Amino acid sequence: MTSRFSEVTTGPPIEVFALNKAFLDDTNPNKVNLGVGAYRTDDCKPWVLPVVRKTEQAMANNEALNHEYLPVLGLDPFSTAATRMLLGKDNKAIAEGRAFGIQTLSGTGSLRMAAEFLGRILKYKTFYYSVPTWENHHLIFVSAGFTEPKTYRYWKAETRGLDLDGMLEDLRNAPENSVIILHSCAHNPTGVDPTPDQWKQIADVVQEKKLFPLFDCAYQGFASGDLEKDAFAIRYFVERGFELVGCQSFAKNFGLYNERAGNLTVVVNETKVVAPSKSQLTLLVRGMYSNPPNHGASVVSTVLNTPELYEEWKGCIKTMADRIISMRQGLRERLEKLGTPGTWEHITNQIGMFSYTGLNQKHVETLVNEYHIYLLKSGRINMCGLTSKNIDYVANAIFETVSKVGLDSSL
Amino acid sequence: MSCALLFVITMMCMNFFRSWWSQVEMGPPDAILGVTEAFKKDTNPKKINLGVGAYRDDNGKPFVLPSVLKAEEQMRAKKLDHEYGPIGGTAEFCKHSITLALGDSNEHVANGLNSTVQGISGTGALRIGGAFLQKFFPGNKTVYLPTPSWGNHTPIFKHSGLDVKQYRYYDPKTCGFDFQGALQDIAKIPEKSVILLHACAHNPTGVDPKPEQWAEISKVIKDKQLFPFFDMAYQGFASGDVSKDAAAVRLFLKDGHQIALAQSFAKNMGLYGERAGAFSLITSSKDDADRTLSQLKIIIRPMYSNPPVHGARIVSEILGDANLKSIWLKDVKEMAERIISMRTMLRDNLAKEGSSRNWQHITDQIGMFCFTGMNPAQVEQLTSKYSVYLTKDGRISIAGVTSQNVGYLAHAMHQVTK
Repeated sequence: MTSRFSEVTTGPPIEVFALNKAFLDDTNPNKVNLGVGAYRTDDCKPWVLPVVRKTEQAMANNEALNHEYLPVLGLDPFSTAATRMLLGKDNKAIAEGRAFGIQTLSGTGSLRMAAEFLGRILKYKTFYYSVPTWENHHLIFVSAGFTEPKTYRYWKAETRGLDLDGMLEDLRNAPENSVIILHSCAHNPTGVDPTPDQWKQIADVVQEKKLFPLFDCAYQGFASGDLEKDAFAIRYFVERGFELVGCQSFAKNFGLYNERAGNLTVVVNETKVVAPSKSQLTLLVRGMYSNPPNHGASVVSTVLNTPELYEEWKGCIKTMADRIISMRQGLRERLEKLGTPGTWEHITNQIGMFSYTGLNQKHVETLVNEYHIYLLKSGRINMCGLTSKNIDYVANAIFETVSKVGLDSSL
Repeated sequence: MSCALLFVITMMCMNFFRSWWSQVEMGPPDAILGVTEAFKKDTNPKKINLGVGAYRDDNGKPFVLPSVLKAEEQMRAKKLDHEYGPIGGTAEFCKHSITLALGDSNEHVANGLNSTVQGISGTGALRIGGAFLQKFFPGNKTVYLPTPSWGNHTPIFKHSGLDVKQYRYYDPKTCGFDFQGALQDIAKIPEKSVILLHACAHNPTGVDPKPEQWAEISKVIKDKQLFPFFDMAYQGFASGDVSKDAAAVRLFLKDGHQIALAQSFAKNMGLYGERAGAFSLITSSKDDADRTLSQLKIIIRPMYSNPPVHGARIVSEILGDANLKSIWLKDVKEMAERIISMRTMLRDNLAKEGSSRNWQHITDQIGMFCFTGMNPAQVEQLTSKYSVYLTKDGRISIAGVTSQNVGYLAHAMHQVTK
């Protein structure tokens, strides 16, 4: 029988999932997964935060709870707390009624809602993303109707740091109303964040060229271990009077990856635009999934709104951030001690879950095929995949690989 | 500094502080949610909410199914983590969903002919389907909806980039199915268009075709080479029997159609806010299924990356456990039977009130909703005089009717229609 769909071709596989599958299928006892971006304990296990487990148990025992529909824009106490967490409880925009949040399907859903609103309601057409960036940014915005994808320079291979001049020049050439995707902290995939002074310079250009700042906030608390510190950039922009959006994910900082808890924080200049904006967002949500899932948001809301649980949770994020920072230090020390060709201070200069190691495709192939160490072709590693038990093996493998394959200009 | 310069600087500052969003218009309020909001504000102790479609027990309270409670208990003992799940949901959830729809040991699943993904409940499943058709459907990218249909169908398909048109369905004269009108209109649909069908318990009318009518509809659709897209949001919830409620879907497959199917577990498992649903294509080959599945994942990734797992895990736990499944089948039968008995009571009470109107459609119709046949003016009176809340089209949610309020409801309905 012929099919209507016979012309449908197989879609390209997504690298990070294909990598993960290859890792799972590998039977080598020394294998290490430095691919997918999820936190792992020092035993290389997923970690359900104790405060999350406790909260879920309490929710289960609470007979007053049920599975009824949430409002279209989600659980209000959740969004209020999430927006407050991002902007700070004494934030002027919140006090003046100029900031609001809506619950979304984790960070991806938040980005997609922001893109739909900016694209279909405000009719913006151009968006900028950093080179490199999270690979899903481009497709999200194009799917939302943006027709002009553009890039701004970001990663400087020679220094393994920020190409600020390149970035500012590209932003200066951006047409008015371009949506600029900025990583709030712990840039994915490089781990390179602008300094406060660099953020100021970026803000100057965004203001001058009338660009629209969109912050991807997937790692608040997870980068430095401090919620306030990790929110510096977006709060600075708000203080300077920008209208902007912050796309928040609770996947990493709450370890609620598969429950899809996210928030879209919107900051505007006039309170009178809040109601119309919410009503348009309502229509966009309704046409896509009607209303968001309850479970994850309920957990987050309970924790953020209960002082003892909030403190306990802050302890959990610090635990995760500290472990990552210690792995960074450990890896750098070992690489330097071994005399690995190249310089390795970027490992500790960078922040968050990911590091752009500077390893090239040939290095990566060797590491995957000969050492069963799985990382992305870009040289991105997930620090969480390192443990006290495998860090020596990984450091040695990198040392041997780089020595064998040789350096190129990127190292 | 010159006055002109000062003026220019001031204007620039004002432009900066004027909002990006000032051109944003207020969107139209949601009619159904508006009903609930008005209901909440009403202080009349006799008030009844017949608006939103969520099941209520005979005390008017939300109902968490015993099978769901038990499933959650079993799940908690497993101490599952919250790691990222697959983009299309777990294979387990997908298999259970499509098997429920098509029947145990059905040949389509056995031969791997389905490409199934989890969707964000029924809405999400429809949207994934819409997006897929917009990208890949080789025919006419227009979806034909019955008149009337669930209000959200149109925005879902339009946002997906498809055109939306209608075919006759409901006959206001009989409060029943306009069978001839439907057949005539379907026969006029351009070849290779998409036709949306409510698998059972049509929303909002409650009017379903009879089995022999489905057989004829299937034939016309086949003759016109139309692509059937089934929306099945009420399997089990309509008649109380999951096989009976899936009869139309199974008939079409037997007749050789390749279909799209959107399923929701919101109503039949009471998992409304947990957003468990599934979208499937039943194709003609395993290769087709594999290729289309890969493309469905590419549609999902830029929407929300991967679906929420909590509700889907409950579904899997229930459908994968023989004991839980049998408890669930009883739970869903209980809900369906309460609805059916409320229909009977409402009709009986209207008769007792002395109404001379023909209210047969109340018991002829099936599922959560009933198109009463009342006009907007009567609806308005029902709300303002009697605090009975329903949508302007005369639709009532039978789930909101209880043995305690049915007498009052019948009285009110009689008063505004006599």
